[in-house]
Amino acid sequence: MSDQVSSPDPATTAKKEDGSGSHGLGRAFRDSITEGHTATIIVLAIFTAYVIGGLLNAFTNTTVLHAWGNFFSAPGHAIAAAWDTAVGAYVELFEGSIVNPHTVAALFQQASIGTAIHDGYLSAVFYPLSETCVQATPLILAGLAVALPYQAGLFNIGAQSQLIGGMIVATYLGYGVSLPLFVHVVVCVIGGFVGGAALGWLVGELKARTGAHEVITTIMLNYIMLYFLTYLLSFRYLMQAPHATNPVSPAIVGNAHLPHLFGPSLRINAGFLIALACAAGMWWLLNRTTAGFEFRSIGKNPSAARVAGMSVERNWVLVMLIAGGLAGLSGAAVIQGTDFSLNFQSYGSYGIDAITVALLGFGRPGGVVLAGLLFGALRAGAPLMQAATGTPVSMVDVLEAVIVLLIAAPPLIRAMYRLRASRGGGVGEVMSKGWNA
Amino acid sequence: MELELKGITKRFGSLVANDRIDLSVTPGQVHALLGENGAGKTTLMNVLYGLLQPDEGEILLDGKAVRFHSPKDAIAAGIGMVHQHFMLVPVFTVAENVTLGIEETRRAGLLDRRKMRKDVRELSHRYGLEVDPDALVEGLPVGIQQRVEIVKALVREATVLILDEPTAVLTPAETDELFRIIRQLKHGGKSIVFISHKLKEVQAIADTITVLRRGEVAGERPPSATEGELASLMVGRNVQLRVSKTAAKPGDVVLDVSDMTVTDEAGRVWVNRISFRVRAGEILGVAGVQGNGQTELCEALMGLRPTAAGLVTLNGRDLTHARPARRLAAGLAYVPEDRREDGLISEFSVADNMVLDQYNRPPFASGINLNLGAIAANAAERVQEFDVRTTSTQTPVGTLSGGNQQKVILARELGHEHKVLVASQPTRGLDVGSIEFVHRRIVEQRDRGVAVLIVSAELDEIYALADRIAVMYEGRITGFRPPTVPTEELGRLMAGATDQDPGASAPPGPGPAPSTGTATPGAGQ
Repeated sequence: MSDQVSSPDPATTAKKEDGSGSHGLGRAFRDSITEGHTATIIVLAIFTAYVIGGLLNAFTNTTVLHAWGNFFSAPGHAIAAAWDTAVGAYVELFEGSIVNPHTVAALFQQASIGTAIHDGYLSAVFYPLSETCVQATPLILAGLAVALPYQAGLFNIGAQSQLIGGMIVATYLGYGVSLPLFVHVVVCVIGGFVGGAALGWLVGELKARTGAHEVITTIMLNYIMLYFLTYLLSFRYLMQAPHATNPVSPAIVGNAHLPHLFGPSLRINAGFLIALACAAGMWWLLNRTTAGFEFRSIGKNPSAARVAGMSVERNWVLVMLIAGGLAGLSGAAVIQGTDFSLNFQSYGSYGIDAITVALLGFGRPGGVVLAGLLFGALRAGAPLMQAATGTPVSMVDVLEAVIVLLIAAPPLIRAMYRLRASRGGGVGEVMSKGWNA
Repeated sequence: MELELKGITKRFGSLVANDRIDLSVTPGQVHALLGENGAGKTTLMNVLYGLLQPDEGEILLDGKAVRFHSPKDAIAAGIGMVHQHFMLVPVFTVAENVTLGIEETRRAGLLDRRKMRKDVRELSHRYGLEVDPDALVEGLPVGIQQRVEIVKALVREATVLILDEPTAVLTPAETDELFRIIRQLKHGGKSIVFISHKLKEVQAIADTITVLRRGEVAGERPPSATEGELASLMVGRNVQLRVSKTAAKPGDVVLDVSDMTVTDEAGRVWVNRISFRVRAGEILGVAGVQGNGQTELCEALMGLRPTAAGLVTLNGRDLTHARPARRLAAGLAYVPEDRREDGLISEFSVADNMVLDQYNRPPFASGINLNLGAIAANAAERVQEFDVRTTSTQTPVGTLSGGNQQKVILARELGHEHKVLVASQPTRGLDVGSIEFVHRRIVEQRDRGVAVLIVSAELDEIYALADRIAVMYEGRITGFRPPTVPTEELGRLMAGATDQDPGASAPPGPGPAPSTGTATPGAGQ
């Protein structure tokens, strides 16, 4: 159908128009992030979500509601209260995730750089950004685990199960074996990859051999892994920590921790670099290797790929294996970077948020990084927002949901801002493609 | 009702799809609109049907200017359209499909099924369109589905019927049947607009022919105009309708297929113990009505379907159960029947499509790395060589016209080392200019010593290309003939008649007798 003409990925390779090829990797990578109309729609969707979130916030806040009650006696007051509430929450969100002017001011009051660093004023300035990166790390990795299969025409709902698989292996290697520094971290990270990859492989193999649809198998595996995890953590001879009464594993040893990038007071760790490296690696894989060419061919037109001599089944297995590994890395990054032990809720909502991140990131590695950072920032800023303004943390979920809703329905945004329709279907395709892929 | 289009102009951006087109359709006449793909035929009809609004010009009905804002207005004015792709609900019956949207109800909002059926039966009878109102559409052959579409238009009291490429999906027999219906409609006082790019059909059915070229009226001709004249009007230059070729000089047997049987998952036999050989430097044309196993034969030859029994060898190498990749590597080149579905990835660039089955071989790859430079260079060279009309080699191939898409496939398949070329319906849906080009390339391959197997439902194509003709019917080869065989005899073989005397089946063609003998006993069972 012609509505796929402008869909994501021929553009990544097709961009170097002037032939010379001198723009090289950087240019093409940038192009994979921004793409004409789509970028506009994403920006407007995010903006609109903030407006809607602000309105929701303003009209559910008790002070504001009270002010509305006195609307006719003091109309200005009501509007001002609504504005203050809505904007106040976003200011706190910003201060909690990007930079807080108070910490910057405090930094500049210090006598010398030496004392500023020593007393932690410098790290206080970068603390919000560090938190954003920490929150973004698993989102990016799990987002890639959804985005890569998407490029090959598969819809991976199972980032959660693969992430749990990675967590289990990484945690076990983290406390169960004793290895030298560096080696231990690396072994655990690889273990995380393998743990996730095993589950991804299973899904691919089932699809290739029996035709079982990956959406069904991944959803079911999510439940299986969730209860398997609880089971592992319920028995001391399995993974429950000695003397613990609740389902929690022993803590991993210090050698298995992912090293901090900027000292102990900032939680940002090597996991973030792994996430960025994986995104770059995925871009390279998709656009510069024969395997990626096969993945993309199969994603766009499996029958033509088959005629061209590609083995569709083998690629399904391979792509799910890599995707599972990425989700597994995401789990390893959580355990080795921030949590250090495994409990029955460690997987959080990363696996599900990953789908959102991949959608928002347009199924492309660069986009996934940006989307992961955005959602990471929302997560990082939410606690401060709640503490300072009383706006519930769930506001972040509302923002995420509205962003996705608007992006899944580009005509909505176009109608709102009177944009002309671009040539093709657009981002919503990511949403609607899954089942019939 | 007299319908007239005056000075219709339609622009899409800088592209002028229709440039001041005048056209008048008189009742009781078949007016053919002839033009290459992209000449603006469909745009013009969409304007007439209310799907597009003209930028300039007007539509006159009995001398009165009208504006159609949507197909609804057009239908109300008595214009009916049968689209190239049918707009039917497969799980509904014929009667339900016909009355969909204009259902009549009895009291309490119940559908008046009896009247529905009666209307359909009556109308189809009047115009000789035999359709069973109670049949489910999904179970009907394409030709009958098309009749349902025509009945649909007639029920809505259409006086002008637009048929958009109506024969593209039909077998020769179904086409004849359609022509009979068109004549009957004509005698019933309807006017018909017949859109096509096939010269022969237009000449056979039209009363007036308007030729479109690049959005303009290139000329109006009576059906008595010669094929050559119409073709040059369409293309804008003189075209060769039949490629000239010298006698074949067949060499050794390259592709040897013996007792091949192909079945589908359900166990249905599509290809039944077929045997044939193709020699280097000859073209074997497989004729037959679509759906008699030709598609399955090609797919099995390429390893896209399992071969249930038999033996396939290429230069003596057994390929019976090889994967597609191994067959390609062994020297098979393949032009699939459905180029959009099997031959190309529409979203990929021209350059990527040109290496679709070569991407993992040098010079396009070293190890696992793609060599983008080599891919681009290859594309630039092939676009030149095959005269692919595209703005750049990075354009998505889906935006190219059908003819240019086919050129991309040919460029790719002929570009790599190959000993056998299997081409299925190589010119389906292409315009005269592209057909000439494709045919010339295929003959060129033969002359270079490639063994060529052509499968086509168009007898003209078979006659134009083949050095030897094999006819397929219900999965069997009913006979081999030289290209000098009369059409009637091929028609007889296509309808299932077999050679009574196996001895007589040895073709007096240029090549030595192939293994016809083995096909005949199978066909006789």
